Amino acid sequence: MGANEQVRSSGDPSSWAVAITLAVMAAIGLVAAANAHDLAFATHMWMVVAAAVVGLQAILVWTTNSDPEKRFDPTYYDDGIIKAGIAASVFWGLAGFLVGLVLALQLTWPNLFYFPDWGFTNFGRLRPLHTSAVIFAFGGNVLIATSFYVVQRTCRTRLAGGLWPWFVFWGYQLFIVIAATGYLMGVTQSKEYAEPEWYADIWLTVVWVAYLLVFLATIWKRREPHIYVANWFYLAFIVTVAMLHLVNNLSLPAAVGSKSYSVMAGVQSALTQWWYAHNAVGFFLTAGFLAIMYYFIPKRVDRPVWSYRLSIVHFWSLIFIYIWAGPHHLHYTALPQWAQTLGMTFSIMLWMPSWGGMINGLMTLSGAWDRLRTDPVVRMMVVSVAFYGMSTFEGPVLSIRAVNALSHYTDWGIGHVHSGALGWVGLISFGALYCLTQWVWKRERLYSNALVEWHFWIASIGIVLYIASMWVSGIMEGLMWRTYNEFGFLEYSFIETVSAKYISYIIRALGGGLFFVGSLIMTYNLIRTARGDVREEEDAVQAARPNLQPAE
Amino acid sequence: MAAKRANWLMRNHKWFERHSLILVVGILVVVSIGGIIEIAPLFYLKNTIEKVQGVRPLTPLELAGQNIYVREGCNVCHSQMVRPLRDEVERYGHYSLAAESMYDHPFLWGSKRTGPDLARVGGKYSDEWHRQHLIDPRSLVPQSIMPPYAFLAGRPVEVEAVRADLAALKALGVPYTDEMVAGAAEHLLQQVDVDSDFEAMVDAYSVVAGREGTVIVRNFDGAPGAPTELDAVIAYLQVLGSFVDFSTYEAGDVANRR
Repeated sequence: MGANEQVRSSGDPSSWAVAITLAVMAAIGLVAAANAHDLAFATHMWMVVAAAVVGLQAILVWTTNSDPEKRFDPTYYDDGIIKAGIAASVFWGLAGFLVGLVLALQLTWPNLFYFPDWGFTNFGRLRPLHTSAVIFAFGGNVLIATSFYVVQRTCRTRLAGGLWPWFVFWGYQLFIVIAATGYLMGVTQSKEYAEPEWYADIWLTVVWVAYLLVFLATIWKRREPHIYVANWFYLAFIVTVAMLHLVNNLSLPAAVGSKSYSVMAGVQSALTQWWYAHNAVGFFLTAGFLAIMYYFIPKRVDRPVWSYRLSIVHFWSLIFIYIWAGPHHLHYTALPQWAQTLGMTFSIMLWMPSWGGMINGLMTLSGAWDRLRTDPVVRMMVVSVAFYGMSTFEGPVLSIRAVNALSHYTDWGIGHVHSGALGWVGLISFGALYCLTQWVWKRERLYSNALVEWHFWIASIGIVLYIASMWVSGIMEGLMWRTYNEFGFLEYSFIETVSAKYISYIIRALGGGLFFVGSLIMTYNLIRTARGDVREEEDAVQAARPNLQPAE
Repeated sequence: MAAKRANWLMRNHKWFERHSLILVVGILVVVSIGGIIEIAPLFYLKNTIEKVQGVRPLTPLELAGQNIYVREGCNVCHSQMVRPLRDEVERYGHYSLAAESMYDHPFLWGSKRTGPDLARVGGKYSDEWHRQHLIDPRSLVPQSIMPPYAFLAGRPVEVEAVRADLAALKALGVPYTDEMVAGAAEHLLQQVDVDSDFEAMVDAYSVVAGREGTVIVRNFDGAPGAPTELDAVIAYLQVLGSFVDFSTYEAGDVANRR
């Protein structure tokens, strides 16, 4: 009891530790702001100071007003942070999809969507905003929220670390805001998916270490002998992203300012960057979301994972082989050819473990295939796994040197990325968000299954339009670039290949627009579900329907 | 037999499933191997980058231009890597050599050609063309989908700041001399002013390059007064791919083979 007395009077150790971290951060921010070399850096440092002060204030108010007994009650799961994660995921998802739509419109109608007086709205600055918003802000929040949910349930214990999970959550949001505002101000390292500058990278490292420790500490106090397969994938994602992030972002700031120079140059920086970027796909967008698949599909259809042995084999082979695949982004460049060939070989091998995961996910529906018909959330997740299978087949094809000679630098790459991003990552995330909202707010059902149906179909049609239009424009421009006329001269000037893509770009924008509309429908549905509403018509239909049993 | 192997797998995998640290270490080992084997040799294999005469660090003005190029995300739509394919060599020029980007921290090879490759754009168009094209791309190329960069013309280059940039790059191994770093601001101003004493600056950069004629001195944006960001960007674009003299470069030479 003595320990409890102390807690009541002085707050718990984790709150103190977070508060001290915030105080240190505020102090560093103040010093840096005072010595700032440029306006963007000063702005960011003041944002850091403001965030730290708000955080300290929040801890103070919360510690004084909350009952210490119930603060981190170990007999309950921590679901508050999951709710916050759902909200953040939806918010950043909408923002990221919208910016993507704006970019598609800019490339289609440049006269309407560029504003000469507002340089920060130009394509070059908005593009990293879009990619970071969808990958790191939307995807990252989905991963943090689902991993915190899954690790608690599969370890049958409350999230470890007291206040630290909240530090991870808000620290990550701060990173996103610094990165995003940085892009608009022109602060970028230029390396794709690693654009944030050195100080944002350092902050992300701090947050990420806290994330890893919270996750591991929860596993350490598990009340299950085994670590569940989803958690292997989450761990691989967290650990490998840390490694990639640290190596690829090694840089030297030019001053106490927002500009730094990468330690590596030329060829070496190119391979390091694509080693990073391809494994951001492999570990952020694949391993992390496979973890989602391994928990949410079995749980939603109430069946065990199809093959335990397959999950072991494909887990280790996937993470081993993925790391090698980076050089396929550098075919025919000044990168030595042995490295290109190695990258291509492993990219083709990668097809097998990828499909191992797809098969394991799909076959988990064995004995519950009727759920495809009755539960649109299940259908969304299953179609997502099918898209995963499609884009992990397309990837190895594109990595072949001869194919890459045609496809590289074209819209085909953009289409490939979006079949993975919209089809796989997007749909599995939406499925997980529908499940999570229903579960953490403890609702018997979603507000409306019909709206999930609408979301599913609108998003799917959008994805198909997007991918198909990019296949057409990508292959067309690739062929036009290398077309010769009967006199042995190049047939097309570059600008002719640009204007030939006009119709494809309209269709692409339409596809992206549909995907965005779908996510708006989801947002409405999730809000109503969280509020505890049920669409009355559907409730009546549900009650009137005879309770059919599937034929086994 | 297969069942036996499967049991072996299940039995032994429990070490990973029951001990989180063994699992973490296992993951780290497995994900490190590929990167080490592919990336590490690039740092010590001498034939990764063959030194080529003419390649030199960017002058302060060009470097300021490159930093604006990065700031505006030009690399998002323009590659700087001509591949050794017939159509690319005929469209853009000689394929890119590893040495040509050896001082770019980081590389700017790009991954997408929403616009054309720029690795050899230097000297292809006049300053006046670039000026007009950057300010209003569709005034020259009606079907262009490039954003307008008119605001560059109104923004002065931060002349004094460039010294820190050269110093940082020098610390990372770019062969700037102490005089180049100390004189960076002065050199920047000289490069846009044909009436200045720019000869020492040109000589210094020519010595590092190992050949004459790679430094252009002129008023790139055509406007009087302090150098603008438009000056810097055009100065950078006009030297892209022009360092190596390909009229004397022998791609088939034994020294250049790999």
